[in-house]
Amino acid sequence: MGRTLAEKVWSDHVVHEGDGLPDLLYIDLHLIHEVTSPQAFDGLRAAGRPLRRPDLTVATEDHNIPTVDVDKPIADPVSRIQVETLRKNCEEFRVTLFPLGDVEQGIVHVVGPQMGLTQPGMTIVCGDSHTSTHGAFGALAFGIGTSEVEHVMATQTLPLKPFKTMAITVEGDLPVGVTSKDIILAVIAKIGTAGGQGYVLEYRGSAIKALSMEGRMTICNMSIEAGARAGMVAPDATTFEYIKGKSHAPQGSDWEAAVAYWETLVTDPDARFDKEITFDASTLRPFVTWGTNPGQGLPLDQVVPDPQSYTDPVERAAIESALAYMDLRPGQPLKEIPIDTVFLGSCTNGRIEDLRAAAHVIKNRKVADGVRLLVVPGSTRVRLEAESEGLDQIFLDAGAEWRGAGCSMCLAMNSDKLNPGERSASTSNRNFEGRQGPGGRTHLVSPEVAAATAVRGTLSAPADLVEV
Amino acid sequence: MEAFTAHTGTAAPLRRSNVDTDQIIPAEYLKRITRHGFEDALFASWRKDPEFVLNLPQYQDVSILITGPDFGTGSSREHAVWALQDYGFKVVLSSRFADIFRGNSGKGGLLTAVIPQTAIETLWEIIESSPNTPITVDLQDRKVTAGEYSCDFEVDDYVRWRLLEGLDDIGITLEQADAIDEFEKSRPSFKPVLTSSP
Ligand code: SF4
Repeated sequence: MGRTLAEKVWSDHVVHEGDGLPDLLYIDLHLIHEVTSPQAFDGLRAAGRPLRRPDLTVATEDHNIPTVDVDKPIADPVSRIQVETLRKNCEEFRVTLFPLGDVEQGIVHVVGPQMGLTQPGMTIVCGDSHTSTHGAFGALAFGIGTSEVEHVMATQTLPLKPFKTMAITVEGDLPVGVTSKDIILAVIAKIGTAGGQGYVLEYRGSAIKALSMEGRMTICNMSIEAGARAGMVAPDATTFEYIKGKSHAPQGSDWEAAVAYWETLVTDPDARFDKEITFDASTLRPFVTWGTNPGQGLPLDQVVPDPQSYTDPVERAAIESALAYMDLRPGQPLKEIPIDTVFLGSCTNGRIEDLRAAAHVIKNRKVADGVRLLVVPGSTRVRLEAESEGLDQIFLDAGAEWRGAGCSMCLAMNSDKLNPGERSASTSNRNFEGRQGPGGRTHLVSPEVAAATAVRGTLSAPADLVEV
Repeated sequence: MEAFTAHTGTAAPLRRSNVDTDQIIPAEYLKRITRHGFEDALFASWRKDPEFVLNLPQYQDVSILITGPDFGTGSSREHAVWALQDYGFKVVLSSRFADIFRGNSGKGGLLTAVIPQTAIETLWEIIESSPNTPITVDLQDRKVTAGEYSCDFEVDDYVRWRLLEGLDDIGITLEQADAIDEFEKSRPSFKPVLTSSP
């Protein structure tokens, strides 16, 4: 019988078959950042173990850094110690680091692809759950905890049980104004936040094939919000084109060999998935979350749901508590929800195409009175590219704040936070209670919806804007 | 890691589903670079509410958490496991755990035992009417017992074996060092490498 993409990549990395125990899997690339690594480095030191492959390890500063005054020492002393600890550890263990101020610095899942380090058929891990992003290239990429970070540092392997496989097929043409973010929010709403648990999701079908690499990354990024550790898209000409010429792309005869291998990385026609789900792209609409987990979403033209119409007591209680936290009432049209802050950024939607799409919507328009629009590029390279295209000026003219690169208000570890009770429309991936600041309320949206919302002051799609 | 065979203690009911790791430990506490000292961070924003279950007098000194489905979703932060352990929890019972959280728990020695939601409801009723009921979680027999009530739980075989033996994963893997050396010899040259700084 044929094999799926995920099974092919898996079997090409088995160092030792488990025979009932987990397989030992070789890891091609280990990405590191300041928050989930210090205790792992301490563990190595305590055990007197070396870091096995510094040349397959790369670090950046992203979660806990400021996005203003990035040329000055970090003001928060606790954050500064964490970032300095990463710098010391990388020096001691000879790991390449892209610190604040470096052109390659940025969110770890933006950095890998932009340098060409993320390639088809690789195994990629990071102490961060959105490592699933890299699956857009046909890599098997997933988030790990700090103990596993230490394990990979010491051995360049991980003991793992094989995942099950799920095909998510999206066929047809996306309507105008509907984006990859809307696809993935609709998928999560359908299968639920635990629907992908134990699976690798493979996104396929004509609507996925038609997406750019950045669109595919947005989708794979949020596989974890559907409960799956990894999501993948089979590599194709779009993938090869994106990688070609990047600083770590294979060169010369290596390029030919690599592409020849990459072309084999497709699910065989006779392969079987453990589960299959199909979506019709032509029926999708701009999507937004109303609750406190990413599965609680609806098309933007709908109303806030009524908990009374749910029979499952666990689900009803979850909706009731979400509505109480979000301060929403059943039946309220989503488009009438007023927003205080719009956050454009994160590893989900902080890439150049996202900034272009939002800039296109907001050009010659103004951010509504009383609304704050924060634009945080996913990496310094993205920021510089946007500036060379004049996107920064479009945002600034509209009344937005233009920031340095990092995770910023996606997780609110730095000073970019919502105030208690404040409500955001955010292009990030998590609408958990307090995720963007204690007491803050989050609605997840696409970059286009974020920009339109900033202009109107309530959740809105670009189609809701008056012509300028 | 310390071996885990069985644990007996009192339990707290957390009547919530989809408890994500941002609730278990908010991001602001992740700035710390130590592996301990997170007890104050556990459920930090919920604990501001005097009615929150861990603030109630009858649930002090608990060591077992009994919670709704989909516990530990979201961020991969292992700090969530450390915060639960630092607070004093040895076991979490739920009908469903998120994958990364469950993996992290196994590494750190926190037992995440899966029982059906109906069993969760029964245990909730028991500890809500008699909070002092000692609950025993026996990893050898995979059994939860609360007074007259008992049920079997599920746990990954490999994790169970490691917990029972108190084994260190890295030590186990390093026994395969030769196989890793061998594998590395056959890796294709087109795979990316970083030139490590001197
Ligand atoms: S942008 Fe947000 S989700 Fe992505 S890595 Fe940073 S904190 Fe995590």
